[in-house]
Amino acid sequence: MSAPNDLENLIDLMARLPGLGPRSARRAVLHLVKKRALTLIPLADAIARVAETARECLNCGNIGTTDLCPICESEKRANGELCVVEDVADLWAMERAAVFKGRYHVLGGTLSALDAIGPAELRIPKLIDRVTTESISEIILALNATVDGQTTAHYIADQLEARVKVTTLAQGVPIGGELDYLDDGTISAALRARKTV
Amino acid sequence: MEWREAGVLLVSKPHGETSTIIEVLTEGHGRHAGIVRGGSSRKMAPVLQPGAQLDVTWRARLEDHLGMFLVEPITSRAHLMSDRLTLAGLNALTTLIRFALPEREPHPALYRQTLTVIDMMDQEIWPLAYLRWELSLLDELGFGLDLTCCAVTGVTDGLTYISPKSGRAVATEAAGEWANKLLPFSPALIGAGTSDKDIGNGLKVTGHFLQTRLAPALGNRPLPDARQRLIDLLSR
Repeated sequence: MSAPNDLENLIDLMARLPGLGPRSARRAVLHLVKKRALTLIPLADAIARVAETARECLNCGNIGTTDLCPICESEKRANGELCVVEDVADLWAMERAAVFKGRYHVLGGTLSALDAIGPAELRIPKLIDRVTTESISEIILALNATVDGQTTAHYIADQLEARVKVTTLAQGVPIGGELDYLDDGTISAALRARKTV
Repeated sequence: MEWREAGVLLVSKPHGETSTIIEVLTEGHGRHAGIVRGGSSRKMAPVLQPGAQLDVTWRARLEDHLGMFLVEPITSRAHLMSDRLTLAGLNALTTLIRFALPEREPHPALYRQTLTVIDMMDQEIWPLAYLRWELSLLDELGFGLDLTCCAVTGVTDGLTYISPKSGRAVATEAAGEWANKLLPFSPALIGAGTSDKDIGNGLKVTGHFLQTRLAPALGNRPLPDARQRLIDLLSR
């Protein structure tokens, strides 16, 4: 009876993934088994390869398959701008937009007084180091508009604003957003950041 | 079990994929936690930021259950995030409440004073209000300072020191050879000095009593870093 146990084990593991529960994991596993050649085997191979090669970039904290990620290796991206993000998911979101042409620095979290996460637990010392070694002209803080995100942004600005220009993303009305549905805080931030048309 | 009250959001933490566990400070139920279903959604996440004033309805089958919160926003205080000093003040306030106050124990006077401090944070004088709030916190928890008269002579003028043991004021002439072992009496502690130096000295005094009186009673946990960050910013 090892096969059912293996399947149950796979379902249990799939159910731990974000967005999946036990029932959807069961459905996904059933689909994989039915499409063995088309989906299951390529997926298993891809997962095995990623498990072997995936690692954090030694420079920026992005996830890649080599010691330095493609962004850090590319000379074209060394334009003096460094975008600081909280997590790799944020870096990928910025890359999806395809508007930023500089390099990144992934902090790996935010300062949190409640969870006792201080600067040493994040990649802030490495960021300060990069500012001096990579001749950075501007730090763009692309951190979440939450209390922890903004506390981290202010802390980094404190540390670096004497050495380099520090900017942060604007806050306000999202594209396609309707004022009627916006929360008070966003409307207040948008009003403060208004500009001449 | 069900109750409905207004409260200040202290913290919001993810719970599972879509929910959050929040803690609010209310007048009638003190510091109280509960789950908000859908709390990490795009609609709710901006509402559930520390410092926000919320109308919360708490429901649970039994009183000692964690329970669920239904949340309606009253006032967003997101504008405090744009200034590093006010954000540091908000962080210090919320973390110190979580550090010091036991859960589900009402402190109505401290709740009202907390609201006053947060609402004053867009005025320049708020650090003084914050210092007075820390004094009230000590007082509320049984470690209040007596700054009305000298502990030795009873005089009410010329108070320049505070005893680090009793928390009572001491006049210059009564301090004698003990002067270098006493804490400085900052006029900001009685609302008389508003300079950053006075407020900084006042926070040293409250910090001493938070550390040596309150923290040992709470298992000797260190004071929240957020408070020190506020002091560092004020001292610049």
